[in-house]
Amino acid sequence: MTRNDSLSIAGRSFGSRLIMGTGGASSHAVLERALRASGTELVTVAMRRVSSNGERSVLDVVRDAGCAVLPNTAGCYTARDAVRTAMLSREALETDWIKLEVIADERTLLPDPVELLTAAEQLVDAGFTILPYTNDDPVLAQRLERIGCAAVMPLGAPIGSGAGIRNPYNIRIIVENARVPVVLDAGIGTASDATIAMELGCSAVLIASAITRADDPERMAQAMRLAVQAGRLAHLAGRIPQLHHARASTTMHGVPDLRASS
Amino acid sequence: MNLIVNGELLTLAEGATVVDVLRALELDATARGIAVARNGDVVLRSAWERTTLEEDDRLEVLHAVQGG
Repeated sequence: MTRNDSLSIAGRSFGSRLIMGTGGASSHAVLERALRASGTELVTVAMRRVSSNGERSVLDVVRDAGCAVLPNTAGCYTARDAVRTAMLSREALETDWIKLEVIADERTLLPDPVELLTAAEQLVDAGFTILPYTNDDPVLAQRLERIGCAAVMPLGAPIGSGAGIRNPYNIRIIVENARVPVVLDAGIGTASDATIAMELGCSAVLIASAITRADDPERMAQAMRLAVQAGRLAHLAGRIPQLHHARASTTMHGVPDLRASS
Repeated sequence: MNLIVNGELLTLAEGATVVDVLRALELDATARGIAVARNGDVVLRSAWERTTLEEDDRLEVLHAVQGG
């Protein structure tokens, strides 16, 4: 079953439902081991000023791990900057896929919904395949889908917080409404968070800090890989209803009469 | 001619192009993974050679790094 259960975004298929961010890794070597252990096939990178430190490019690391690259617009606070950054990444990386982030403020790193929607509209017109990082707001998620985004990526909690999924009810509503893949992005702290996201019906999760900043990134990457698979399987299998009382799993039929004779 | 490249002053001969800037930064202009903005606008790779720069132009030369 899992063999045919691939993730499909904008007509492209991925065997793994774990998208990995590369921010926060202590070195390229650590990152590469984590990428391999995670089983991911799609990996985010950011665009920054060139620096000639002689280190090999993160693109080589991603390619060596057999992954496709998903550039982001991290660090952009306005639609204008995000659109320009997307165009620069398309030019540099020869992909029209973009993880669109437009951040409101430094302390929360929450998406600015107005700038986000404006940027998404402009990038749709420019022919991009857009995966927007969005608030856990079902209305905004629908607006993003309606204007032509290829997926919606609601946050579980603020970037890097590791606080888990703070509003699972909203994530569930977003999933129910969506006709494009829902990718839980940001907030995952440990394996159980990733499992919960998948159990809620998300099509994939995007994880960076929880892996790259773990004490042992390679081991955490493996944990996340298994957690995503477990959550996906549980979602497809269909959980039993949650009750306030017990429901016996063993039949009462044929219970022996063990009373002492009187 | 004075240019601001990635926030720093770079002086090149009059008539310098984007390719000359990349050369000054010791970058391979044919390599994948680099993008250039001039005064906030993207300069397409195909236009690097013929884009002649002007005094006080601001250039951003970007590449991919870990992130997101």
